[in-house]
Amino acid sequence: MYTVADLKKGLKITLDGDPYLVIAFDFAKPGKGQALYRTKMRNMITGSILDRTYRSGETFEPASLEDRKMQFLYKEDNHFVFMDNQNYEQYRMSEEAVGDAKHYLIDNLPVDLLLFSDKAIAVDVPNFVNLRVVQTDPWVKGDTSGSDSKPATVETGYVLRVPPFIEEGELIVIDTRTGEYSTRVKG
Amino acid sequence: MNWKLARKAPKLAARAQIIQKIREFFSSRGYLEVDTPVLIPAPAPESHINAVEAGDLYLQTSPELCMKRLLAAGYSKIFQICHCWRNGERGSRHLPEFTMLEWYRSDSNYNDLMTETTDLLRYIAGTLSTEGVISYKGLNVDLSGRPETLSVRDAFARYTGTTMEKALEDDEFDLLMTDLIEPRLGNERPTIIFDYPAQKAALSRLKADDSSVAERFELYLAGMEIANAFSELTDPARQRERFLQEIAYRKKIGARIYPMPEPFLDELGEMPPSSGIALGVDRLVMFFTDSETIDEVVAFTPEEL
Repeated sequence: MYTVADLKKGLKITLDGDPYLVIAFDFAKPGKGQALYRTKMRNMITGSILDRTYRSGETFEPASLEDRKMQFLYKEDNHFVFMDNQNYEQYRMSEEAVGDAKHYLIDNLPVDLLLFSDKAIAVDVPNFVNLRVVQTDPWVKGDTSGSDSKPATVETGYVLRVPPFIEEGELIVIDTRTGEYSTRVKG
Repeated sequence: MNWKLARKAPKLAARAQIIQKIREFFSSRGYLEVDTPVLIPAPAPESHINAVEAGDLYLQTSPELCMKRLLAAGYSKIFQICHCWRNGERGSRHLPEFTMLEWYRSDSNYNDLMTETTDLLRYIAGTLSTEGVISYKGLNVDLSGRPETLSVRDAFARYTGTTMEKALEDDEFDLLMTDLIEPRLGNERPTIIFDYPAQKAALSRLKADDSSVAERFELYLAGMEIANAFSELTDPARQRERFLQEIAYRKKIGARIYPMPEPFLDELGEMPPSSGIALGVDRLVMFFTDSETIDEVVAFTPEEL
């Protein structure tokens, strides 16, 4: 059983018999009023979005889902193919179901696949993923401000902002929870 | 290098400038800047405000009680910029440790503060933008004219399918305020929403001609609550009664009970009719720097320490 204190992005709960994923969460409190917990949830089967605001004291049933260790194999048309590390079974997911994780899926990346009635419904990537920069403009020498940024494209096609000293071909670490540049891989 | 921190430099500079402007504004109007202790034995008992414990004491949830003791001792125009702590409050507009601006004037009421708060916003805007129009998340909020004023009762009638009284009865006041009313406030110009239900204003004076509401207002900019003001309650017996009601509610929901702030109650009888206001400095900086979250306007969030 979860309480409102457990609510956060990524929590999976059961509501009216369906599994829901909390995709946005915020704490709110109208002046001098009670604490409110605003959530946006996605039905993990139908994909429909639900907005709900909860108060202190409300409780939630966890969604009974199975998490399995897998690796990403390849992309085929609009589907991503994963393989179970234990029994080598393969699972396919649509690009839509994969969501933002698609920015980080490189061959053999270890992931957690979420199964509901043996159907893959969500993918969890590691918090930090190393990706190679395939395109970015060169650093203009003499710019030592250190606080500017520029766009860079990584090998999955994802575009993000990086510090100016990052060059093409470099490996960078991306925080997949925020989608932001974290640091460069040294050496 | 902590790159994320380095990138905050422009917003932290704007923050410093805004705080400097606040000081200028109040000094030029003859206010005395005060500095009261943050470590206190008894925070004001309020239903939904939880203090951070520090040994046998508490970190202040607001400097309100100490500042009112100053009013009672004859200090007539005072302001303070300080840190306050509220346990468990963390969200895109909440930090458990945040910066508050409070100011108090004797021989005034909440109408005077409506004008003065509007003047303060205009003063800060004037130094940042010549037109007085601030862009915030796709909205253009005009600070140059008069704010929109709307009673809480009218806001429920206009934006919800129910009345203020019915919402209170169904325990849906806060929910409807957050979900249906707040997002509509302050989107073109500041909105002042006033006359809150009496039970939502433990330290505020009730309205003379309608004791179901208190002389309390909140100022909103771009859907964001910025400031909360009262015509202050100055009757010690009634103040004790209101505190006891808040304490009873806290007991009912299992919240921690704080000692009664006796020195404050002892001196309250000497406080002249006054008004006071608390303004969230971090949110004000968010507004003026077009920031989506409070995290963007402080050097460090609690998670980064």
